[in-house]
Amino acid sequence: MSEPEVLLSIRNLVQTFNPGKRNEVKAIQDISFDIYKGETLGLVGESGSGKTTTGRSLIRLYQPTSGEIMYAGNDIAKLKHGSKAMLDFRRKVQMIFQDPYASLDPRMKVQDIIAEGIDVHHLAKSEQDREQQVQALLEEVGLNASHATRYPHEFSGGQRQRIGIARALAVQPEFIIADEPISALDVSIQAQVVNLLKDIQDRQGLTYLFIAHDLSMVKYISDRIAVMHYGRLVELASADEVYNHPLHPYTQSLLSAIPVPDPSLERHRKPIAYSAAEAEDDGKQRDLVEVYPGHFVFASEDEVAGYQNAAKESHGTQSVSQEQ
Amino acid sequence: MERILDVKNLEIDFKTYAGTVHAIRDVDFHLNKGETLAIVGESGSGKSVTVRTLMGLLASNAKIVGGSVDFEGKDIVQMSEKELTHLRGNDIAMIFQDPMTSLDPTMTIGKQVAEPLRLHTKISEKAALAEAVRVLELVGITNAKARLKDYPHQFSGGQRQRIVIAIAIINNPKILIADEPTTALDVTIQAQILELLKEVQEKIDTSIIFITHDLGVVAGIADRVAVMYAGKIIEYGQVDEIFYNAQHPYTWGLLEAMPTLETKSDRLYAIPGTPPNLINPPAGDAFAARNEFALAIDLQQEPPFFQVSPTHAAATWLLDPQAPKVTLPPEIQRRHQIWEEKFANKGVNA
Ligand SMILES: Nc1ncnc2c1ncn2[C@@H]1O[C@H](COP(=O)(O)OP(=O)(O)OP(=O)(O)O)[C@@H](O)[C@H]1O
Ligand SMILES: Nc1ncnc2c1ncn2[C@@H]1O[C@H](COP(=O)(O)OP(=O)(O)OP(=O)(O)O)[C@@H](O)[C@H]1O
Ligand SMILES: [Mg+2]
Ligand SMILES: [Mg+2]
Repeated sequence: MSEPEVLLSIRNLVQTFNPGKRNEVKAIQDISFDIYKGETLGLVGESGSGKTTTGRSLIRLYQPTSGEIMYAGNDIAKLKHGSKAMLDFRRKVQMIFQDPYASLDPRMKVQDIIAEGIDVHHLAKSEQDREQQVQALLEEVGLNASHATRYPHEFSGGQRQRIGIARALAVQPEFIIADEPISALDVSIQAQVVNLLKDIQDRQGLTYLFIAHDLSMVKYISDRIAVMHYGRLVELASADEVYNHPLHPYTQSLLSAIPVPDPSLERHRKPIAYSAAEAEDDGKQRDLVEVYPGHFVFASEDEVAGYQNAAKESHGTQSVSQEQ
Repeated sequence: MERILDVKNLEIDFKTYAGTVHAIRDVDFHLNKGETLAIVGESGSGKSVTVRTLMGLLASNAKIVGGSVDFEGKDIVQMSEKELTHLRGNDIAMIFQDPMTSLDPTMTIGKQVAEPLRLHTKISEKAALAEAVRVLELVGITNAKARLKDYPHQFSGGQRQRIVIAIAIINNPKILIADEPTTALDVTIQAQILELLKEVQEKIDTSIIFITHDLGVVAGIADRVAVMYAGKIIEYGQVDEIFYNAQHPYTWGLLEAMPTLETKSDRLYAIPGTPPNLINPPAGDAFAARNEFALAIDLQQEPPFFQVSPTHAAATWLLDPQAPKVTLPPEIQRRHQIWEEKFANKGVNA
């Protein structure tokens, strides 16, 4: 395989809300990572850990407190409002928002919500072409043509989420930030949407940042997974690594909390508790360190050897742990 | 087993620009006292509309075409707005699908949690706030007394959902309806909230209707499960009966679509096709067009419920004695085998 091409590069990103005030929130505390062209990077973690804020920073909805975000080699902080480069960026990078209720304009019909981007970026050749594109998009996300003339409040939660997905796909983007795009959907439609996102990725070489807390779906769709806790990345590795050889205690706790669709097993599942006091907040200086090829953990200097050993041990017993 | 709620032949339409949506089409179910009933099913199948009916909270373009909801000898469908207000304040409480919009951003948490008490009992403001502190602590808000004057935006998503639960339980409702209460939460907080609901259920002996898409959550919390498709319940049974002995092809599809951490294949199983248009629901079984096991009769005649056990029934022609035997999908075979080994012949405690 050739060296993967970096599409997005995030360096020392810090996002503080209301800095210096009483209600200051350190939503992102110095994170650095790359997103490769054509990959799906999953971003998981506790509610309030900064996942949405990360996504919003990447589409420049927020001005970062400090740090740098490069998209295809260009510093996105330097894009000028109204410039051609900015308009281009706004088309290429789309976000599917977490809250399907708040993100759709209640006064607009579904067909106009979906076609908004098509109009802004002049992507339809004619009125008829626009209509056809909208219908194709509706079908692609599992809705039907009769839905085009309805208003958002006339849909169920899951149906609204699919309208948001159709809207993002409408402008033929390169990079999609999907912020919990499937948690409001039933499992079969989740599967449909995930398959759909994968198909489009294969066809058009799209890159995804997939934010979610449904860990079984994230594992399935992601090439690599970043685990966030309290504004920091605590673990970053391939999906298989994170699930089969989790090293950071927060990741281990998170995985142990996943409910399984099996009542007999569910009655006996014992989640592992996590204490941030020991692994994050004891005052030690910590960084993301590569402790096994491609496997990074948020660790202090004196913890590195322990994680390296744990990784080796975990890999040594792989065949046993997989059989369970 | 004592029934606390009995829903019979419920039918609800919505008027829309495109035509009349037949959203609920003859729904029948009951809730036993003290149990947790999970409702699962396709997005848009009518779960939220069904439970909103139980509280008299339907949208203005909705029309209850028929049916009844019996609660303690009274039909909720026939209740006046005044009776409904009393019902909502005292007997049935709901945690909504969207926690962010169910709190008032301009009102302190203390006021919001104490409000149901103030509205529905003759308690003093001071006593109501003391009670609010007690309930907030019950749902795990630490330092609750000091936080009474805080506003919703000063709490995290998980905390806000706990506050919503506190409001719902402060009057010790007999029935608690939770419409996807944990969908917006991460698994750790979700686990805490589910644990909390179980504790509350024991403490105030309430019955719970729980809507979720997460079959893992259902496996952990439900006593019984009802599966909805296109405005109907198509299968119901005890939790083990649904997970290990499902009979309806739609239920099979749901169980198959759930990836496990072991899922390796390149594509997930998804039920083919799209949900039917509820403006012109198809003749026969609404699932037939997407059902690889559909029989000729499915396209003409709606299947009745076939009883599988005293507690388990499914509306599919596959259960008709004359139906051909079908080969089950592998995941369903695996589950049925667990059923044979663990549960069959041992009797499920009804
Ligand atoms: N506009 C804002 N002003 C002040 N604080 C904010 C703002 N947006 C987010 N925060 C805070 O920043 C932190 C990170 O929030 P964020 O929404 O990124 O979390 P998240 O990981 O997406 O959580 P969830 O899984 O619940 O969606 C939280 O403590 C949140 O309260
Ligand atoms: N006010 C309304 N006007 C028109 N149609 C409506 C209205 N409210 C709901 N519907 C329709 O009724 C059907 C049932 O909706 P409901 O919200 O009960 O679905 P749900 O099963 O809760 O789905 P989800 O899992 O996505 O929340 C859907 O087809 C929906 O489009
Ligand atoms: Mg978020
Ligand atoms: Mg709903």
